Amino acid sequence: MSHDPTPPSAVTEAAPARPAWHVALVRPETMTLVLLVLAFIIASLLSPFFLDAGYILDSFTYYAEFALVALVMTLLIISGEIDLSAASTMSLTSCLFAVAFQAGTPMPMAIALSLAAGVGLGAFNGLLVIGLQLPSIIVTIGTLIMYRGFAQVIAGDKSISKFPEWFVGINYRDLWGIPVPILVFTAAAIALALLLGTTIIGRQIYQTGTNEIAARHAGIRTRRIKFLLFVMMGFTAALAGLMTASRLASVRYDLGLGGELQMVLMAMLGGTHIFGGRGSILGTFLAAWLLVIIATGMTVANIQANVQLTVMGTLLIVSIIATNVIYSRTQR
Amino acid sequence: MKGAVRLLLQRREAGIAVMIVLFCAIAGLIQPRFLSLDTLRIILLLVPLIMIAAMGEMMVLVARHVDLSIGSMMALAAIITGLMFKFAPGVPWVLGFVVSVGVGAGLGLLNGLAVTLFRLPSIIVTLGTLSMYRGLVFIVSGSRQVDRQFIPQPLISLSQTSPIFGIPWIIFIAFGVALLAYLFTMHTRVGRQIYALGSNPMAAPLRGIRVVPVTLLVFSLSGALAGLAGILYASRFGYVNPSNTGAGFEFTVIAAVVIGGVSINGGVGSVLGTVLGVLLLGCVSAALPLLGISAFWQNAIYGAVILIALVIDRTVRQSGDASLAAARSAA
Repeated sequence: MSHDPTPPSAVTEAAPARPAWHVALVRPETMTLVLLVLAFIIASLLSPFFLDAGYILDSFTYYAEFALVALVMTLLIISGEIDLSAASTMSLTSCLFAVAFQAGTPMPMAIALSLAAGVGLGAFNGLLVIGLQLPSIIVTIGTLIMYRGFAQVIAGDKSISKFPEWFVGINYRDLWGIPVPILVFTAAAIALALLLGTTIIGRQIYQTGTNEIAARHAGIRTRRIKFLLFVMMGFTAALAGLMTASRLASVRYDLGLGGELQMVLMAMLGGTHIFGGRGSILGTFLAAWLLVIIATGMTVANIQANVQLTVMGTLLIVSIIATNVIYSRTQR
Repeated sequence: MKGAVRLLLQRREAGIAVMIVLFCAIAGLIQPRFLSLDTLRIILLLVPLIMIAAMGEMMVLVARHVDLSIGSMMALAAIITGLMFKFAPGVPWVLGFVVSVGVGAGLGLLNGLAVTLFRLPSIIVTLGTLSMYRGLVFIVSGSRQVDRQFIPQPLISLSQTSPIFGIPWIIFIAFGVALLAYLFTMHTRVGRQIYALGSNPMAAPLRGIRVVPVTLLVFSLSGALAGLAGILYASRFGYVNPSNTGAGFEFTVIAAVVIGGVSINGGVGSVLGTVLGVLLLGCVSAALPLLGISAFWQNAIYGAVILIALVIDRTVRQSGDASLAAARSAA
């Protein structure tokens, strides 16, 4: 291993314009789409269940909460930051909700409390990263441990349940045959795709992640944008925590344990660039379905959840490498 | 300027030592039972595994990387060694060390290769391998624990018998590793290159430091030490469990290392500081039950400690930059 790695692909001056088909097709989302189709074909060969749309929709509800958070994570990664504490935020906010409910707080109040706590926890991350200029990747490792630690402190190791009838079973409720969690996820995806793709703020998020100093010189309030994204992350995580609580009909401190891997994985599989500046909501949207089909396919093939970890971990690394390669081929 | 930096570092380690003394004094005031030989024993038995792994993590952090996969590497190395003892009972127990350390080094090398060859952020790579290696633990063991009867008695004895003063072997091993780590980081060319690399990754190759081999070495060492911690886990606890062994261990180790004054921004950190950080963490863990604080607080405290250490590091760095600038303008 003594030889040096190949130098980064040198950007030549005035590279010839890429043909239109190249621009349209050689992008990470294409990779995600191709993988999605492939995974679907393989899975349906494995088990005819996959040809039933209801089965896939039903499977998706188990991952909808992480997928929802992954959408906001995509924005955050594009802006050049990351939040590994989101799954712990889900746990702490839902434990707060459950403990408040158990203490006799009316449900609407308990729900509001949990969402407010999410905003607060997100703002705390934002404060450390933006205010004190600490690296988000390591700050959110600290809060990952701390938030779940606090969840343990307030809820102990008991699970809290007996929520009112109307609150539980969000995944069994549907509108036009589509389970509510998927509707929430899809609506959020459309809203965020519009935000990212059609608004000035969306373009500013890309610019912040591409070159923060240049963005600031161009008059973009990069710090405010990043701070708001952290807050949005906390709020979404709290919402996802409530959805999980409703689906499981119980809350324990280990709610969403290890979820950060799946959130980052969905963003990466969707072609979000780990170094910021590139990525899309469409990619993460497709990647969420891809991940669900892979995970459900493995479950159908009788592969234990613990063993599936290996596949998820490998996928994460492979998808970052693949995305990096695609982006280095398409230097703009 | 060299003197100023040294002073800063010294102050840093002295600060941790003072914190240990203060903490023990306060804990002792509240609960006199804390200041006993028994507590010392508990602390000394808590720290060896953390200390050994912390030496590896320290070098990784100094090189401006992070290794989140330590707990999983430890578990995978331990379970492979445990399975070897189970299915080849005749094997000499010392061979277990070779296997465990070797497996760990291999896994660490894999981390290093992913980081260097594809130029990926180590934190994301090791977040991936954290899961990947943990899954492999379940695969190779068939999700079954390696029970006590398969762990060779001499290995278990390392945690129970003592060569001198009633201090178990495992503690001598941990401090021995720390001593070797000190010699390596302070008195070898490669050891110093780790600091140079972490202080300024851009300048390092210009000064003739071969970045890729040094990075690979650092990750392999981290893996090897996690492997050593793995076989000592089998010695200390007498079993290897696919889901418990090493779960969340990386966070304990990172907490210990950053308490010890190792900078997350690379280039700064010492073996002495890390040892003190590990000891402080050991004191806190040992004190919680005696002070009647629920063990549930442990993670919250670890997390808070990491954040506080980050903030302190930031402040020290700023004042360091300021004094450097002052020294420059004075010169």
